[in-house]
Formats: sequence, C-alpha cells, structure tokens
Amino acid sequence: MAAQDSDSDEDLVSYGTGLEPLEEGERPKKPIPLQDQTVRDEKGRYKRFHGAFSGGFSAGYFNTVGSKEGWTPSSFVSSRQNRADRSVLGPEDFMDEEDLSEFGIAPKAIVTTDDFASKTKDRIREKARQLAAATAPIPGATLLDDLITPAKLSVGFELLRKMGWKEGQGIGPRVKRRPRRQKPDPGVKVYGCALPPGGSEGSEDEDDDYLPENVTFAPKDVTPVDFTPKDNVHGLAYKGLDPRQALFGTSGEHFNLFGEGPEGASNLLGDIGVNKGRKLGISGQAFGVGALEEEDDDIYATETLSKYDTVLKDEEPGDGLYGWTAPKQYKSQKESEKDLRYVGKILDGFSLASKPLSSKKIYPPPELPRDYRPVHYFRPVVAASSENSHLLQVLSESAGKPMHDPGTHSRHQLNASKRGELLGETPIKGSATSVLEFLSQKDKERIKEMKQATDLKAAQVKARSLAQHASGSRAQPLPADVGHCSWHVALSGGTATTRASSFKPFAKDPEKQKRYEEFLVNMKRGRKDALEQCLDPSMTEWERGRERDEFSRAALLYVSSHSTLSSRFTHAKEEDDSDQVEVPRDQENDVSDKQSAVKMKMFGTLTRDTFEWHPDKLLCKRFNVPDPYPDSTLVGLPKVKRDKYSVFNFLTLQETASLPPAQGSSEKVPQPRAPDKSRKPSRWDTSKQEKKEDSISEFLSLARSKVGPPKQESSPSVKKEEEHVSESLSDQMVNKEVDSQPEGEGSRPSMDLFKAIFASSSDEKSSSSEDEQGDSEDDQAGVREADFKSSQETDLVETSSGAHDSKLPPQDPAPSFPIQKMQIDQREEFGPRLPPVFCPNARQKLETPQKEKHKKNKEKHKTKKEHRRRKEKKKKHRKHKHKGKQKNKKSEKSSSSESTDSSDSQSDDEGTADLSPQELLRR
Amino acid sequence: MAFPEPKPRGPELPQKRLKTLDCGQGAVRAVRFNVDGNYCLTCGSDKTLKLWNPLRGTLLRTYSGHGYEVLDAAGSFDNSSLCSGGGDKAVVLWDVASGQVVRKFRGHAGVNTVQFNEEATVILSGESEAKAGGPEVPPLPPKSDLPFLPAPPGSIDSSIRCWDCRSRRPEPVQTLDEARDGVSSVKVSDHEVLAGSVDGRVRRYDLRKGQLFSDYVGSPITCTCFSRDGQCTLVSSLDSTLRLLDKDTGELLGEYTGHKNREYKLDCCLSERDTHVVSCSEDGKVFFWDLVEGALALALPVGPGVVQSLAYHPTEPCLLTAMGGSVQCWREEAYEAEDGPG
Repeated sequence: MAAQDSDSDEDLVSYGTGLEPLEEGERPKKPIPLQDQTVRDEKGRYKRFHGAFSGGFSAGYFNTVGSKEGWTPSSFVSSRQNRADRSVLGPEDFMDEEDLSEFGIAPKAIVTTDDFASKTKDRIREKARQLAAATAPIPGATLLDDLITPAKLSVGFELLRKMGWKEGQGIGPRVKRRPRRQKPDPGVKVYGCALPPGGSEGSEDEDDDYLPENVTFAPKDVTPVDFTPKDNVHGLAYKGLDPRQALFGTSGEHFNLFGEGPEGASNLLGDIGVNKGRKLGISGQAFGVGALEEEDDDIYATETLSKYDTVLKDEEPGDGLYGWTAPKQYKSQKESEKDLRYVGKILDGFSLASKPLSSKKIYPPPELPRDYRPVHYFRPVVAASSENSHLLQVLSESAGKPMHDPGTHSRHQLNASKRGELLGETPIKGSATSVLEFLSQKDKERIKEMKQATDLKAAQVKARSLAQHASGSRAQPLPADVGHCSWHVALSGGTATTRASSFKPFAKDPEKQKRYEEFLVNMKRGRKDALEQCLDPSMTEWERGRERDEFSRAALLYVSSHSTLSSRFTHAKEEDDSDQVEVPRDQENDVSDKQSAVKMKMFGTLTRDTFEWHPDKLLCKRFNVPDPYPDSTLVGLPKVKRDKYSVFNFLTLQETASLPPAQGSSEKVPQPRAPDKSRKPSRWDTSKQEKKEDSISEFLSLARSKVGPPKQESSPSVKKEEEHVSESLSDQMVNKEVDSQPEGEGSRPSMDLFKAIFASSSDEKSSSSEDEQGDSEDDQAGVREADFKSSQETDLVETSSGAHDSKLPPQDPAPSFPIQKMQIDQREEFGPRLPPVFCPNARQKLETPQKEKHKKNKEKHKTKKEHRRRKEKKKKHRKHKHKGKQKNKKSEKSSSSESTDSSDSQSDDEGTADLSPQELLRR
Repeated sequence: MAFPEPKPRGPELPQKRLKTLDCGQGAVRAVRFNVDGNYCLTCGSDKTLKLWNPLRGTLLRTYSGHGYEVLDAAGSFDNSSLCSGGGDKAVVLWDVASGQVVRKFRGHAGVNTVQFNEEATVILSGESEAKAGGPEVPPLPPKSDLPFLPAPPGSIDSSIRCWDCRSRRPEPVQTLDEARDGVSSVKVSDHEVLAGSVDGRVRRYDLRKGQLFSDYVGSPITCTCFSRDGQCTLVSSLDSTLRLLDKDTGELLGEYTGHKNREYKLDCCLSERDTHVVSCSEDGKVFFWDLVEGALALALPVGPGVVQSLAYHPTEPCLLTAMGGSVQCWREEAYEAEDGPG
C-alpha cells in the first residue's frame, strides 16, 4: 500500500468520505448510535420515509400538511372584487420546495429524460441526418436537432442486435457464400428437368474445397434509398458547400458522382471529430485557397472523364464477400470453361444440354371414308328379353349388324341393379329387389310355367304380326314400328286400356301428356304406327327414341296396375342399416334351464352368468378402483354386430319375453325365417318386405298382441290371420311387381297370372286388408279388434280360405283340431322353436276342447279389453293406472279361475314335466 | 368370582315400540337411516323428504323440491349431502344444512332407488318402470290390490345410472342397462354395485374385476342387500321368499319364507350383526329369521297395513318401519330411553 502511495497518488481512486484526521491526544469519537441517526431535511425537520425512499409528502407534522392543524383553508377571496386574481391551484401549490428540487418528485431542473438518453447512436439515422445537414441550405443546422431528437433505438434494433445482427450487415440468415448455382440436395427430389451431367459442377466443387465449412457471411445490407424529393432549383446532384470541408478545412478531395463504395461514403460522412485538429477556416473550391491555407493544389479542379465510371458494373460494390477477400486465383475460375457452342447468354441456373433433342414424329390424321357424314344416328333399341328376342334378331339382321349381346340394353331400360351388374358390382344381398324373391319355390315354378305359357302365346302373336308386317310394308325402315308391335300386342292383350287414360303420367308436361293420350287413342284403334304418329316431328331423333320408350312403358305400366295402389307404396328411402344391430356379445340365455335350477334350488353355477363388463374410467376413478381394463375404450358389455333378423336375436328376446308370468310363450315367439324359402310366408316376412324399421319394441308389441289371448285363440282365427297375411302378401307382391316394372323388367307376367295364383280373395277385401297392413305395425291391437269384429264372419272367410288352401301347399289344420295340434303346426310354420316345449297339459286340453272353444269368444273379449286398457294406461296418469290395474288384476283373476288349465302363460312357460298337481292347484 | 361371567346374551331383536312418528307427508315410501344411525330420512308421497331424529321424534328439516313423490333417499358418508329420487324422473342432490337443491340429474324414467357410493362422489340410481305398473309402492290409502305387473320387457329402457357429483356433467358417467326390466334395488359397496331387477335377476357389477355377475332368481326382485361382512347377498323376490346367496359363487345359502310379498316392492335387510334377516311383509308384520338356521325368530306386528319400508340401524338393534303415513321406531326390550320418555 505504501509502495502504491509512494508511486502515484493521482492514480488512486477513492470512494466515500474520508475520516477526519485525528488530532493527537484526542479520543476517538464515539459513533452515533443507530437510533440517533435520523434523517432530517434542510429545515431540520424529521424526514419520514414513505414506503420506498421517495414519494409521499412529508410536511413535518407527521403526514399532515404544513401546520399543526392540518389544512389551512385558503382565505376567502371575494370573486366580485378581484375576479382576475382567481388562480387555479395546481399540484405544485401543495408541494414542498424539496419536492421540486433535483431529487424530488417533481424536479424543476432540466434533465434528459430516459426517452432522450441515448445508449448507442443510430448510425443510419445519423448518416441520413448528416446527409440532410450537408444538403441543407444552412449547413450544420441539424446539429441542433441532435440535442432535441431522441436517440433511443427502436425495439427492432435492440432485438436484432440481440440476435447477433451488427450494423452494416443485412438482415437474414447468414449465407455460406453468394448464392450462385444451388447444388441440389441429394435427399431432395428434383422436379423438372435435371441438369445434364458434367456441367460446371467441378468448379463448384473446387469452391467447396477451398471455402471452409464454418465460414459464413452476413447478407448484404440494403442501403436506404433517400426519398427526399428534390424541391430546389439546383442542378442534379448539386451539393452545397461541405460544412466540414468549409469549416474544418479537410483535404481537397473531389466529389465523385458515383461514390466509390462504402468507403467513400463513410469518408464523406465520416466522423466529424476526425478533423478536429484542423484549423478553422472556410475553404473549398468556390472560395479558392485562403491566405492561411497551405495547400493550394487543385485550385481549379479539372473534371476528367477518368473520374467517372464508364462501364455499368455489377450493382453491388465490392465482390460480395463481406469481410472476406478470397484469393484472386479462386475467383472467377468458372468463367474459363464456358460453353462455346452457344452464342448468347446462358441464363443463370441453366446449362446447355449435352444431347440434342430427338425430333417428334408427326403422324398424319386418318383418312375419312369417302361417304362419311359427320352426323350420328341413334337407332331405337329394343330391349332384349325373352319376349322380343325374335324381334331383336330380326332387327339386328335387317340392320346388318351381328346379334346383340343379351346384356346390352337401351340406356333408358337399365335399372340400377343391371347397371351394377354391368359394372361388375356384387349385388346387395339384404334388399331383395323383387317380391318374387320372397315367393316359395313352388310358387315360383308356378309362375314360371304361367310365364312360359304367356310367352308362347306372345311369341305366336308376334310371329303373326311380323309376318303381317313383312308382307305389308317392307319399305319402312324404322324398326321402332316393329318394336312397338310387341307393346301393341301386350296392350291389346291386357285387360283394361281405359284405365290408363284416367292416369296422367306426364302431367307435368302438358304437351307430352297430350301426345301420350293421342298415342293411347291410336293404340286403342289398333293402329300400328300409333307411336310414330303421335311423336313430335320437330324433336331430335334421340328425344324421339326416348319418348318412344317412355310412352310404351307408361302404357304398359299404367294399364296393368292400379294407379291408386302404386301411388300408395314407395320404396324405402334408406336401406335398413345393413340388417345389422348391435347386440351384446354375451346374453343371459336359457332361462328354462335356470328356472328348473331355481326350482330345484340349485343356485350357483347353473343360475349364474358371468360377463366381462367394462366400467367407465371415470367411474373407476370415483370408486377409487383401478381400471380393470386400462387399455380398452369399451364401456359396458362388449357388443357384437349381428344380423338384425337373426335367430339369435329372437332367442334372446324370447328369453326376456318369457320372463313375465302374465304372458304366454307358445305363440308369441317371433320365429326367425328359415333359411330355405320352401315354407309358407308368415307375418314376419311381410314386415321384412315393407322394410320398416322394425324395432324390437314393435316386435314385442306384436308378440304381446298375439299373446293376449294366449291359447284360447282358436285355430280359425289363427288361420284367418295367416290367410290375411297371405292376402296382404299377394297384394304386396303385385305392388312390388308393379314397382319393379318401371325399372325395366322386360318380361313381366301379366296380371292374369297373379290372379290365377292368388285368386282367393276379391279386390275389395284385399284392399281393405291392404289398409290394415298399411297401418303401423304396432297397431296390431286394432287389427286384432278388426279380426274380432269379423269373427262372426269367420265362417265366410273360412270358405274362401278353403279355396285358397287348395291352391297353396297343404298347411293348416281344420278348426276343430285340438289345440296341441295347432301348436305343432305353428311350430312347423315358424321354424325351430326355442325352448323345448313340453306340454303336460295336452291331455287336459284334449279332454276339454269343446269347453274351450265355447269360452273362446269370451276370452277374446276380455283380452281385447285388456289390451285396450293397457294402452290407455300408458298414456294416462298414474292414479288412473292404479284403478286400471285393479280391474286388470280382477279380470286376470277371473280368467285364471275360469280356465284351470293354465291358460295364463306362466304355467305354460314353466309347464315342465315336474309340475306337481299341488303346484298346479296353487296356480 | 367363583362364578363365571354370565354368557353374553344373544342379540336382542328390536321389538319394543319406542316412538311413532307421524310424518305428515302422505304415505311414507321409504325410511332410511343416515350413515351413523342417528338420524333418519323419510320419503313422502307429498314430494317432500324429511330428516328426523327418530329417537327423539323431532323433525329437523324438510326438503322440498321434488316434482313427484319421493321413492328413495340416501345420505352421504359425511352427512353433508343427501340424494333422493322419485317419480319426477329426477335424482336430486341436496345440501343437508341449507336444504337447497345442489343438483338435479335428469334422464331417468322414474327413479326407484338411489345410493351414494362410499365417498359420495357418485350417485347410483335405479330406474323404475313407472309407466306400466312396475315395482309398485303401496298406494296412499294402503291396502288396495295392485298387482305387481312386470313391465313389458324392452319397452322402456331400464337401467342404473351413475351420476357424477363432482363434475357438472349433465349426463351420467355410465349407464348400466343390462337389466331387462325395472331396477328395483341398488346397493353399493366400495367396489361393487348390486342391483336387483324385476326381470328376476340380481346383477353384481364388480368394478375391480371388471365383471358382471348375473344370478337368476326367477321371480321379480324387490330388494337386495349385501351382508355386513360383504360375503353374501340377500335377495327378496315376489314369490314371498328371501334368499341368501353366496356373493362369489351365487350358491344358495339360505331361504326364508313365511312372510307375504306378492305385489309390492318391500324392503329387506340384515340385522346389525348379521344374525338375523329382516323383511317387511304385506300382512302388516316385520319378520325376523335366524340367519343360519332359517327359522322364523319373530313376527313383529306393526299395524294393519303393509309395512312398506324398513331400515336397520347400522350398529344397534334399532329398527325403523314405515307403514302408511307414519314411521315406527323399535328398540330391544332392554332399551331404556336415555332422555325422558319418548
């Protein structure tokens, strides 16, 4: 320390205030204790610190204002007398003078605020300002601005600088070198034409070799363009006296019109301080050399052309290698191997192809045949079918064409399924397109026979007409005439042509409808050229062909069908969701086994079903239980998709349906349809045909309505139902047939055929049953009611159904058959029965068949009422329901008392062999 | 000293009528103890739920907010909230102290039974089949012959729904819709849900195992409950039989008959120490059977009507029964009221 002291006193930096030197003999002062170190202001008042070390008013009186009393109100000044003196008090009026001092809260001294305190100078702006100053009329006037304008850098600058940007550089990622030819990345696919091999890559490789990998260059800076408009009358590029040159007397540099680059510019606008040492004085060209100037060269500068650029160079000054000067021998080496074959400039990024292009070969267009006319002629097409195959053959022969492929049809005559066939689609299995598919084998054969017969007849007629036609007018070339002959035949063979006139198929287009009617009239008269005549001659050939098709089809269709009926039925808009339903994978099955197990009190494995069950994740969380299936997203029982009309579904339904004791089991089983079609059509088929969304509940309600009078339902009624079903089926068949007809089944058996098959009922009857069928399925109670109403007429129906039976395969037992027999028949009818029904009561029933028959009607009454009541109940209030139920119960009681032979289904259900008589009695 | 201590007496059955609460809320559909047995809840047909001190017979609070009669209620483990369900198809979560409805869960078609889980984070509610004469509660003037008509299967979706009390989700966490008919009874243990359904099956959902055990009983089930040791399930069904089933295997451990239960949804339970099986009966009695022997221990006459509901104290031989519009509190013979008569 001493050495340092001795060395240089001036170099020492001292902090703080030094202690007073102690005098000799004086005892050192005691330091002021902490509690005595108080802060006072210049008036000797205690200063209180408010929060932080600044802020807040300290007025001496412990946070009160100036006096002990606090605020002294300003004395009243009459505004009448001295209005002008009314002064508005500002906040300063309430401040102490300390607050206005340099370190107070409202300093009065002039200080540079933070906004104006400059950290680093913005050079670009400075440059611009200096430029402006240089060009300003009063040179150096902008120096004043420096004092005033804020020099704070913008945030963008700060950010850029933080990111590594330096002034003088451009903005953007650093580049390896000046981007020249981009070498394609090997991993990147190159689209377009690839460069021919052996280009100028070698030189680039050399470059790569030379330049180290880690050397990167900042992109070029963009010099700001001076957009100051020229508003003076000086000549272009006139500059006034350079203040530096003038004032500080720089060396006599000449201005270059085109500055020599950044160096020149920076020289021009270099630091002012550089020239500080110079003497002051005005110097410059305009003023000549002053007396004090030493250097007197260049008094009169001569403008030589050598000072100007004579060649338009690359815009970029320098070589583009900022801060990097490559050795000269590596520069511009690639210029050497220039392609000399090509005169002209090769665009950057392109190179000459090494191989010349092969010239395209041009083929001449085919020669047109001499008699070619550029108009297409559409031949009317006759659909190939069994009916008019002869006709087709004749047609094709006459046209000199080979025989039509039987698969090709006119485009108007293809329906969706046929188109699909042509396209090779697999036909949709679930939806049968025709009612014919629902017919049993025998009926189909029957129909086929009939069809063949009619075909024969038609063929004969056709042959006759053909012969006639051939003998008549051979000159007529139009084959449509021949074609419509067949329609004519069909129409005249049909039953009622008059009906068609009442229906207007082309009501939308009145002219067309008119033409159609005309056509019908002509048809009726038996004119063979009816179709040709009525067509509009102004139409094009194609339109005519189309209309011809339409008319003939319309005539066929609407003549042979009930228009009213056909309008009533529509195709289902949506496919049943692919006949699949979600069904729980595991079902609680075979109740009968369990019931017997319960009876034998063999609880345990016999009565227990165990399923995999997935609890919800959240539920597990709430129960504080780990998720047993952490990987599965399933919730509940695992489900599988099953056929909607599958046997198994009904099996499970059956199981649940048989649970309630008040319901029967024998009849309500919604039996699935058997795989073969040989069986009789049943009620379930009709529902399928209608393609309704048969929900389970509908099935169930159906089942229940059937169950209602469980066994008392005698065979006549059952039979009637069947017959009813078959009737409706036949009707629907007709309708389906009608519907499918427009889709262009060329061969269609006539109405008579169907009548011959299903002739059992009259038209009115069928229509009435049609109505019933048209109602929703769950309205079966109503149907039953109707059935019941007509129960007096059962005999009548019986006779008709008898005739009907004679035509159908033998099926139904006579009404007087015992009930057991009936059950068996039912089983046959509905396919396999599920729970093995053991009928111990059969003997009893056999003993009392008469009695039962006697009771039958009564029972029906009751059950019907019950049904109605149940329905009402559902709708009504709960209170009403109670009453209803009471009645219900009573009726049930009475019914059960009436028929001891376990007419209620529970016993039926449990009608297993081990029923003791005691148990029977108990029921 | 020479004499040995007298053998501890067998468990006493509550057969002394201690108190009769006239609830004044129509027919009492259900009576339930709270978690510690100090209070009880009564569900009335006049849409109210009432909280009582059954020993003193004081009404503590009335909870009104249901739109239809209340069929079942339960209290949470911490006595802070209640849940109830009824014919208005809503499950209501109540705040005990304020009596306010905290939440209402909707979506059921008539709620037959409600239960909290152990931590009162989930309410499980069993759907009654209220439309077509499902599990019947006795009508208000009791004694009318209402048949217990099982619902048409499949006609109405009957299910157990698990409602989350924590989140604000309006829909249930999970719906257990395996039942083919109305769910008459739901009981919850720490990881199981036991449900009896009118379709004659007792289903036990084991959350821990992720399995569903379905035991077929055959007759529509009116009430199920776990035994207190969690090993057995007690099942009462409409064939006037109570069955004690082994929980794990489903085997029949005991059968208890003698009472009458043909029409109504009646409660059954086990006594506080699993010694006896208790059941309501339609002939106005409460039946006690010895659990092991299966012999009828006591037929306690309550009144002329149907004993609609009962609840057994969790720790003491104390029984609550509901008949008509009143609730009876029963204690063992030796019981002395601690504070004055009544």
